[in-house]
Amino acid sequence: MRVVADIIKGAYSLIVGMGVTIRAFFSPVVTCQYPRETINISPRFRSHTKLVGDPENPDRTKCIVCGMCERNCPSNSIKKIEGEKKEGEKKKTATSYILDFTTCSQCGICVESCPVDALAFSSDYNPVGFRREDFHYDLVKEYEKRKKTA
Amino acid sequence: MCDTIINIVNIVGKEVVRTVVGLIGVFIVVIGNAIMLTWAERKVAGHMQRRIGPKEVGPFGLIQSFADSVKLLGKELLTPANVERPLYFLAPTLIFVPVLVTFVVIPFDGFLQVKDINVGILVILAFSSLTVLSILIAGWGSNNKYSLIGAVRSVAQNIAYEIPLLLSLLPIIFMANSFSLRDVVEAQKGLWFVFYQPVAFLIFFVASVAETNRTPFDLPEAESELVAGFHTEYSGMRFSLFFLAEYTNMFIVSAIAVTFFLGGYQGPILPGVVWFFMKTYVLVFVLLWFRWTFPRVRFDQLLNFSWKILIPVSFLNLLVTGGILKL
Ligand code: SF4
Ligand code: SF4
Repeated sequence: MRVVADIIKGAYSLIVGMGVTIRAFFSPVVTCQYPRETINISPRFRSHTKLVGDPENPDRTKCIVCGMCERNCPSNSIKKIEGEKKEGEKKKTATSYILDFTTCSQCGICVESCPVDALAFSSDYNPVGFRREDFHYDLVKEYEKRKKTA
Repeated sequence: MCDTIINIVNIVGKEVVRTVVGLIGVFIVVIGNAIMLTWAERKVAGHMQRRIGPKEVGPFGLIQSFADSVKLLGKELLTPANVERPLYFLAPTLIFVPVLVTFVVIPFDGFLQVKDINVGILVILAFSSLTVLSILIAGWGSNNKYSLIGAVRSVAQNIAYEIPLLLSLLPIIFMANSFSLRDVVEAQKGLWFVFYQPVAFLIFFVASVAETNRTPFDLPEAESELVAGFHTEYSGMRFSLFFLAEYTNMFIVSAIAVTFFLGGYQGPILPGVVWFFMKTYVLVFVLLWFRWTFPRVRFDQLLNFSWKILIPVSFLNLLVTGGILKL
């Protein structure tokens, strides 16, 4: 008797399993066909850092060239922060800010330590390059490019 | 043009022409079926896992199998150093013999049959056991432990499942009173045998899944344990022959199930051959469905299932059928 009960139970479980797969078969596809389609990147996503524009003067970024981020970076990924004082402005304006993305661990210490909130994470999820130097970003130039395309 | 063809037919004899044309047709069906099924298998697998499956090569990825076969044809034929050479070369060819012979006796339509042998069923059953021989040869000849384990498993499994397969066909033979496949189909003019013999149909289908070595009974080639089982050492065209044989076997077991239980080419309105292929591919789809639903069984479960359940039940079924027919 137990054998028969087992067989019936087993057969039933097989049918349940087949029901699961056939329902999946007729349900819509859940994958994203990546190169053809993309999904929206979560705002929390951390790619390389970017400089944020100054809302009062879109020609410059918020960065005041204080060097806090460079000093705090645990991976020493930030180099060559240079700036100049423009005519009639109180603060310095960054002219060069090199981020070595090959060593950056996206820890966010630079973003947090910036006194004027000039840094943020970008959502650039697919950077590619053929040489190491392709990932040494000049964030000031990158900001200018972004401004132009915006 | 027509006259010359008739002349040629008269000179070489009708039987020869029928066989040659039939074999060419069989080859076309075999290749076309394998190409279609490799595509269908991936597509079904994809959608059952809520993916798309092949989509890049051609519309809906239909050309994908062609691309794959060109790739396989272009591959170097690698022969490992210490293989048993004659056996190693023989196995992929031998696996094709049962496949072709079985096709010869299957009635695709009222007249579309290469040859109606009056012991057709016996021919199929006798030759389908040859598959296991070539698997054994492949496993032994490869000189590889995984291949050998796969082959040994295959033998145990095929012996265990050949018996219920045979026993589940016997009641049908009782009812049709003939060994010829065409007579079996003709006997189902009224009601298909699956309605008289649902148990036999189930047993036959389960046993034939085991015979084709497909999941959940794919122990001879269990990828996760045995690399690729008996065809571990095969590459290029030789591998693709095994591959081709597997997909053709799927078609064959479905075709036999259709012939014996689902009325073969019988059906209203549409021509018989269309009915035949439609029914067969529905069963093939069920086989694919099985594969992407069920996990592999353990070896003791596999043998227990056959010896303790399938064989007694099919014996019982046979006895009951015999008793009822006698009354
Ligand atoms: S995220 Fe971390 S590692 Fe990267 S630059 Fe900023 S402080 Fe350095
Ligand atoms: S901490 Fe902020 S303001 Fe200071 S250099 Fe870095 S980005 Fe510029």
